[in-house]
Amino acid sequence: MAQRPTGVGKSEPRSSPVRFRHKHLLAIADLDRFEIESLLDRAEAFAPLAEKKIKKLDTLRGRTLINLFFENSTRTQSSFELAGKRMGADVVNMSVKSSSVAKGETLIDTATTLNAMRPDLLVVRHGSSGAAELLSQKVDCAVINAGDGKHEHPTQALLDAFTIRERLGTIEGLIIAICGDIAHSRVARSNVALLTMLGAQVRLIGPPTLMPPGAERWGATVFHDMRQGLKGADVVMMLRVQRERMDGGFFPSTREFFWFYGLDDDKLKHAKPGALVMHPGPMNRGVEIDSSVADNPNVSLIETQVRMGVAVRMAVLEALAETGANEGAA
Amino acid sequence: MSVRPVLIKNAKLIDPAKDKVADGAILFDEKILDVGAVTSAPDGAEIIDAGGAHVAPGLIDMRVVIGEPGAEHKETFKSAGRAAAAGGVTTLVMMPNTTPVIDDQSLVDFVIRRAPERTGGVRILPAAALTKHLDGALMTEIGLLAEAGAVFFSNGDKPVADSRMLRRALAYATAFNALIAHRPEDPHLAEGGVMHEGELAARLGLPGIPAAAEHIMLERDLRLAELTGGRLLVDMLSSARSLESLARAKKAGVRVNASVSVHHLVLNENDVDGYRTFAKLSPPLRSEDDRVALCGAVSDGLIDVIVSGHDPRPAEDKRLPFEEAAPGAVGLETLLAGALSLHHKGEAPLNTIIRAMTLKPAEILNLPQGRLAKGAPADIIEIDIGAPFKLDSETLRSKSKNTPFDDKLLQGKVKRTFVAGRAVFGT
Repeated sequence: MAQRPTGVGKSEPRSSPVRFRHKHLLAIADLDRFEIESLLDRAEAFAPLAEKKIKKLDTLRGRTLINLFFENSTRTQSSFELAGKRMGADVVNMSVKSSSVAKGETLIDTATTLNAMRPDLLVVRHGSSGAAELLSQKVDCAVINAGDGKHEHPTQALLDAFTIRERLGTIEGLIIAICGDIAHSRVARSNVALLTMLGAQVRLIGPPTLMPPGAERWGATVFHDMRQGLKGADVVMMLRVQRERMDGGFFPSTREFFWFYGLDDDKLKHAKPGALVMHPGPMNRGVEIDSSVADNPNVSLIETQVRMGVAVRMAVLEALAETGANEGAA
Repeated sequence: MSVRPVLIKNAKLIDPAKDKVADGAILFDEKILDVGAVTSAPDGAEIIDAGGAHVAPGLIDMRVVIGEPGAEHKETFKSAGRAAAAGGVTTLVMMPNTTPVIDDQSLVDFVIRRAPERTGGVRILPAAALTKHLDGALMTEIGLLAEAGAVFFSNGDKPVADSRMLRRALAYATAFNALIAHRPEDPHLAEGGVMHEGELAARLGLPGIPAAAEHIMLERDLRLAELTGGRLLVDMLSSARSLESLARAKKAGVRVNASVSVHHLVLNENDVDGYRTFAKLSPPLRSEDDRVALCGAVSDGLIDVIVSGHDPRPAEDKRLPFEEAAPGAVGLETLLAGALSLHHKGEAPLNTIIRAMTLKPAEILNLPQGRLAKGAPADIIEIDIGAPFKLDSETLRSKSKNTPFDDKLLQGKVKRTFVAGRAVFGT
């Protein structure tokens, strides 16, 4: 494992990772392996902070971070809020409910309004694919995609990779199975891109109706039989099944889904002994995952993912703030 | 419990895996022990001299409506079993349009447990509903139903109008390699129609169903099968134009098989003349050109399977003005004689005809039956293929007597039927 920088206080200078060359973080697809590993290295420095009594840094003092969430989210929004606050930024949360969209304001109107408030960092979640990118074209600050439709959720993929790296040391050569509703999942898209870039063998497991057309060309192997797909897997990553996809549209019932694609002890036995289980949350117990797996501390990394999420987002904020600062100075 | 071995000698063997009839004998207990030039039989074996009659595998009828549960006045497992045995049908697939609809594991389980006690030995395999309540909106638990024993999935006589729904079902079914049977008929084009659209319908003053209603839906279904990689069974074709589409799809490697009802191979729209409701079928009997083309497609193997389309309707559903009468005909007891008429008229070779009711369905359903081969289950029929008779519908064993073959001259009688080596019909 790489040497872990210990200095996290303001007085202790630490080895500074390579400067991030992007203004925004919109998609894993925009990054290369070097940039990703550098972000994970940054996160590694922030991870121990959560265990300290004083958790606050002043790296982003005086900067403004706006959380702009067009979709409800508890964990991602609070994770970004906490990350921003621990970095010393002023954080404003804006939940734009669908009702204000009904009032007629378009996404670009919202962007113009926010831009006038001169934030430094804008974290956005939106139900439409490409919304974060559109916003990034209309504002002057750095935009972080916290999930856009069925496209990408780059910080989730980074925290997943970071969690695996912290636990297993490396991602190179691992067999990682991503299971469930691949078709509608931004988490899956970001993770396939990231994990394959870091040298993992990624498998996608799910019913054909929840598998996007052409998924076999993503660099992953597609399985419709979960037991087969789990064979030899080091990590099993479960995805959330959205309520609106249940009951006969994409698959017949939650009962049938659990029987064939829900992760329980029996199916997990087909993975490598000691395989680890992840879930981006929130979980549907008894649909995609059984409580006996989700709550088993020996296999479940689900809580660790949440913990690592804050460190990864601090790393992302720091990297983007540096870019912005340098640009401002130039 | 073992079965006393049986040797049928001096027989003409119709092996559906071959193209020619061969003289020989067959020895079996539950399974076929030897076939061809059988020289010896074990002590205690029953020896039957076929006297030159034909021996073939028992027929597998892939489309049978039974009234149990829910409409036992039409047909029960017991009456269907008796009719099947007399008709040489040793395995039948039961359609899911019962009351309640077979769209749940427990109902599949009901059929699998209950039917064998009632049918007198004839094997009944359940097909399950493709959509919940057959309403075409939401797919059923295809995986769990297949595990419970459903052999394919069908929406019965109600085509799925929603293309997205059928696409999803076909795609979803690929995870379980499940077979989806679908009736190709555009429900809007067919709405209100009661017979083939054409000159006769116009003269009779009856609303017609154009052949295009079938062709349009078939094209859609074939495209969806191609798109999803799903396994499609085209359920009961009726028109010549459809065959072009089917041939093209098969050539392109689409996973598709097709069936035709025996009535559509023997009868045409003229049998409806005189407002004969017993010849009111769904799909409707079509023109003579269509019938001839369908026979040609059976002969060259384009159409894989001949079914009875058995659909019992009591008199009160049929003795009505033509437009108000229910469609459908019984067929378990007339499937063989009807199909053999193609042989007698020189419209299709004998082995091909038998293959379409034995080996082909067995392959599609992945069953070990339907073969005259060592080790196969001893589902065997002995038939006198030339024996002439005039059908009297009152002698049918079905509870319902609605057959368009009533008073028709047919040839081909079943002499004996064995299921797993046990005689279920004949002396």
